[in-house]
Amino acid sequence: MAESVAERQMEDLVAHDQTAAATSSVARRGSRAAIIASALLPVMLLAGILYLLVQRGTGLALAPPAPIERIEFERVELYPGEIRAHVINSGPESVTIAQVQVGWLNRASWEFTATPSATIPRLGRAVVRIPYPWVAGEPYEVVLLTANTLVFTHEIAIAAETPVAGGSTLGSLALLGVYVGVIPVFLGIGWLPFLRALPQRGYYFFLNLTLGLLVFLGVDALHEALENAALVPGPYQGIALILIGLSLSILLLYAISGRVKGREGSGGNGLLLAYTIALSIGLHNLGEGLAIGGAYALGEVATGTLLVLGFTLHNLTEGVAVVAPVVRSRFRWVHLLWLGLLAGLPTIAGTMAGALAYSALWSVLFLAVGAGAIIQVVIEITRHQIRESGTASLANAFNVAGFAAGLAVMYVTGLFVTV
Amino acid sequence: MVVIAAGFILLGARDSDQPAISIEQAARANGHHHPPTLGSGLYQYEHPGRRRFDPQQVFNPELPPPTPAPNGIREFTLVLEEDQLHEVAPGVKMPAWTFNRSVPGPVLRATEGDTIRVTLVNKGKLPHSIHFHGIHPAKMDGVFEIVPPGAQFTYEFVAAPFGIMPYHCHTMPTSQHIHNGLYGMMIIDPKQGRKPMRELAMMMSAFDLDRDGEADFYAWNGRAFQYADHPVALTRGEPIRMYVLNMFEERMVPHLHGNMYQLYPSGTSLQPSEYTDVKTLNIAERAVLEFQYDFPGFYMFQCHVSEHMEQGLMGWFNVVEPKALVAKKDVR
Ligand SMILES: [Cu+2]
Repeated sequence: MAESVAERQMEDLVAHDQTAAATSSVARRGSRAAIIASALLPVMLLAGILYLLVQRGTGLALAPPAPIERIEFERVELYPGEIRAHVINSGPESVTIAQVQVGWLNRASWEFTATPSATIPRLGRAVVRIPYPWVAGEPYEVVLLTANTLVFTHEIAIAAETPVAGGSTLGSLALLGVYVGVIPVFLGIGWLPFLRALPQRGYYFFLNLTLGLLVFLGVDALHEALENAALVPGPYQGIALILIGLSLSILLLYAISGRVKGREGSGGNGLLLAYTIALSIGLHNLGEGLAIGGAYALGEVATGTLLVLGFTLHNLTEGVAVVAPVVRSRFRWVHLLWLGLLAGLPTIAGTMAGALAYSALWSVLFLAVGAGAIIQVVIEITRHQIRESGTASLANAFNVAGFAAGLAVMYVTGLFVTV
Repeated sequence: MVVIAAGFILLGARDSDQPAISIEQAARANGHHHPPTLGSGLYQYEHPGRRRFDPQQVFNPELPPPTPAPNGIREFTLVLEEDQLHEVAPGVKMPAWTFNRSVPGPVLRATEGDTIRVTLVNKGKLPHSIHFHGIHPAKMDGVFEIVPPGAQFTYEFVAAPFGIMPYHCHTMPTSQHIHNGLYGMMIIDPKQGRKPMRELAMMMSAFDLDRDGEADFYAWNGRAFQYADHPVALTRGEPIRMYVLNMFEERMVPHLHGNMYQLYPSGTSLQPSEYTDVKTLNIAERAVLEFQYDFPGFYMFQCHVSEHMEQGLMGWFNVVEPKALVAKKDVR
């Protein structure tokens, strides 16, 4: 009985398929024009509706009761005797800056020039130069008033001269990058012989310590990206930038590592992982460098040595993270040099770029890309561990202790650098 | 380690050097910095082109001389309109509520004992009124005599006492009606008159454009910096009487540069109470200032609250030699 029911159902299915096939062949025979028309019809209807909307309006009386204008400050620079504001019109209509005031205790109207024009089209930019005798270390407020009486304000927490692209400034910024990024990574790599001398458990302890470090770094980068996202001009959608940077960097790293794996076979996995970590930390350091340089440019870095010291200590662990996957494998020593440079050098580029042309947009993007890279690496290290020792070993006491130690190290050294 | 140490020293040195250099540079760059000077060109209005007040639009502070009222009746019509674009600072136009399309409203002038008739024509969309300071019957106080949109009402009372009286809309929410521009100055002359001399009316007020409780511009006669762009010409030795009224919710301190004035608080006495160069006028307070300039040149007149001055409550007297004297010099 059961068999015959099944058979009948089978026959029905076959019949059904035949009908479907017949129908589709009819469709295939139908004119190609009809298919194209059916594809175009919704588009044409949409165009018609849009035309009507533009011609007749929405039918709702939505005329704004007050002018909708928005000016956002991208960057405010301070030069001797001059405040220079780079602004963008992020509103729906063009805006005219009619007056400028500078606040110290009180606001004062001030002369200004705006280039290319005081009238800024939508998404257009202008540079507003205010010949104001600001004094280092004082707080100021830059106030732009539009012809339609809207008021836009930017606060300068502590006035400090904006670094100019002179040799000495570039040099000291590069040096800052070296201290914050390059040296710590190589110091960390210097632990390789020690890591090699450790027994298996110790190695896993450090591998998980690396995981802890990376998770902390990733969360930290995301946190910073979210903070900076608030400073990104509205139309550029800071949060969307984070999403794009984060997901694309994860996918891109998988694509790259997949291709490299395919070429090398499974043998070079440890080294490949090391390079992936180095790249992701490099990306992270680029974002971090941008943030440091930007803070420096905005005069917000509490003067230096302790901060640099803190960052160095904080980033020491990045070197450990880079070499952790290759502790058990053999490779040419020159790889260590490349790994260190890959992880460390972007910091220099970041600090210089950040200080010379700070923009919240780029820092957000690079911080997000860095965070994505770190997430990818965390996943890869975990898989690497599973491959080498099986899932059972993942949650043992040494690993958990290592992970916790990683978080703790970052937290404690982070106390030095949290301004 | 040595490298690091050396680097820290280097970095540290740079950090401490930099501010010192920039302060020095700033001082050098701004050693010649001028305080707000003659307006146009040097300060404030050079660019963009639209920012200067049209000289035709500058509020003339000069008052018509007092004249006897026909049959002892002074009649005024104040047409009230809402959302009239009013330029509060060069290039910045706000939708103001106006009496006869100006902020402040016109100066209403009468002599003590005249019958004052003010017809308020409400062309706005909201009810409005006029409340006059001074002595009058309860039914003419403008608190209950609210004029609905499209209607009109005539306030009538006998001018008393002599002095400077503010007038303003007193419809709820009163702060909104006043801050949007519905205020003006009423001058009641004493019967025996004052010593004839050139007279100026100067209203001190302010505008809070973003409604954050802090004014964005302060102004003599409704426009920040209008007399900075277009100085008021005076003649050396010429006696001047200035009627000053503070129509904002902060104290104002009228101050003349290079001069002192005889002060008649509220304008209600013919004897000056003080000879001074600054007098604090609290909210709605007013005074008559009498002075003359003995030297030619540009003199600032300002509010001594520096914030008010820096946001527009300043202007210039351009004191020139009397014409006869100039002519004589030319002949020589
Ligand atoms: Cu009113």
